[in-house]
Amino acid sequence: MTKSFGSFDPLAASLRIRSMLQELAIPGTLPLPIAALMGRAERHEDKGRHDVTADDDNAKAVTWMLAVARDADQQAFASLFARFAPRVKAFLIKSGATPSLAEDCAQDVMATVWRKAGQFDPTRASVATWIFTIARNRRIDILRRDRRPEPQDLPWGPEPEPDQLDAMVLQQDTERLSAALAALPDNQRALIERAYFGDLSHGEIARLTGLPLGTIKSRIRLALEKLRQTMT
Amino acid sequence: MIRHHLSDSLLTGYSTGSLPEAFSLLVATHVSLCDECRARLEAQDAVGGAVLDSCDGAAMSDSSFAATLALLGGASPEREAREPVEGVFPAPLRDYVGGDADAVRWRPVGGGVRQAILPTAKGASARLLYIPAGTAVPDHGHTGTELTLVLSGAFEDATDHFGPGDVEIADEDLEHTPVAALGEPCICLAVTDAPLRFNGLIPRLLQPFLKI
Ligand SMILES: [Zn+2]
Repeated sequence: MTKSFGSFDPLAASLRIRSMLQELAIPGTLPLPIAALMGRAERHEDKGRHDVTADDDNAKAVTWMLAVARDADQQAFASLFARFAPRVKAFLIKSGATPSLAEDCAQDVMATVWRKAGQFDPTRASVATWIFTIARNRRIDILRRDRRPEPQDLPWGPEPEPDQLDAMVLQQDTERLSAALAALPDNQRALIERAYFGDLSHGEIARLTGLPLGTIKSRIRLALEKLRQTMT
Repeated sequence: MIRHHLSDSLLTGYSTGSLPEAFSLLVATHVSLCDECRARLEAQDAVGGAVLDSCDGAAMSDSSFAATLALLGGASPEREAREPVEGVFPAPLRDYVGGDADAVRWRPVGGGVRQAILPTAKGASARLLYIPAGTAVPDHGHTGTELTLVLSGAFEDATDHFGPGDVEIADEDLEHTPVAALGEPCICLAVTDAPLRFNGLIPRLLQPFLKI
């Protein structure tokens, strides 16, 4: 089931873009590297082309993550740190941690980002999403002192060379989700934020409805299927 | 083929980190078995990512990057070859049992039914149930929310069939008598936010004093 944003169906649209790109491509040149697409978006102010690329910040973060995972690239890690450590710290403070505890935990979280970089799969999550899950688990650890049971890792994947186009459209979906959340009425958005800061009871959460998740869910579902197929 | 999935509110609760540990254990175990709910959960996590990304950052101390590198002690990112783990129980459940299905320390609770309480934080409890084929699931009145995830075998009630991976979500209003299907015993993970009841072993009156 795919929810659409108004009359525009992002899933159908990016599948169309995908097939257009595949038609244009000379065999052997796909997948287009994200870096190349990103560079193109930076060089050209051409709006039509910009539509095809993921948001520059998201795409940059993905290239940094892959550089850390593949090459233990410290420069890329420094860039990730500059972008995400202050956000993780703010997230933890909003969840009730003191600034000094939040600072220490943000360092822990970023250290985990480095260690587990190989588990990041850009066809299933944005870098912000992946770091959110690490920060959330750290919060449960520290503030609730509960164990956090995690789902079993998929025995396959992420692919050493993730499909660039799949990664790009997932990043685009994430952008659209962010935009949809930003467009919600203030009180509704504030409630969602409080939920993710760990500030709502489960009863209150049960009343949170209407999150626009259909498209991104379908995309992740396809990515999971693809990973399964690659394995067998 | 899994037919009974987690509810949206359970997935949101798990994604935001607000579920009691016992409920998180059941969610993590079902997601380990179900790609559909894994995709739904990861979509929920994307909302968390958007919330994180929209935070105005809080300035880190000047030495924080160096301190983080020091934490890493020069280690490269991990390169673990993942191997599929064979077994009846998914990894999160094995962590709580201390092994696979053969490591469970069952205790009889009457009528051939056995149970094993798993250690989780207070607020909710988790237990494994072993129900012989054709036997009624014991004492199935609900005072809170009870979730039952089938791990092997199956159970049935008047309206439905629950096989491996299926989750039954029962609240206080549900009055029913599930019965383990014929053919093989049913092993399931049951979690509840109500005090655990025992079938016959301990007088009901003592229940309020037992902090399980
Ligand atoms: Zn499911």
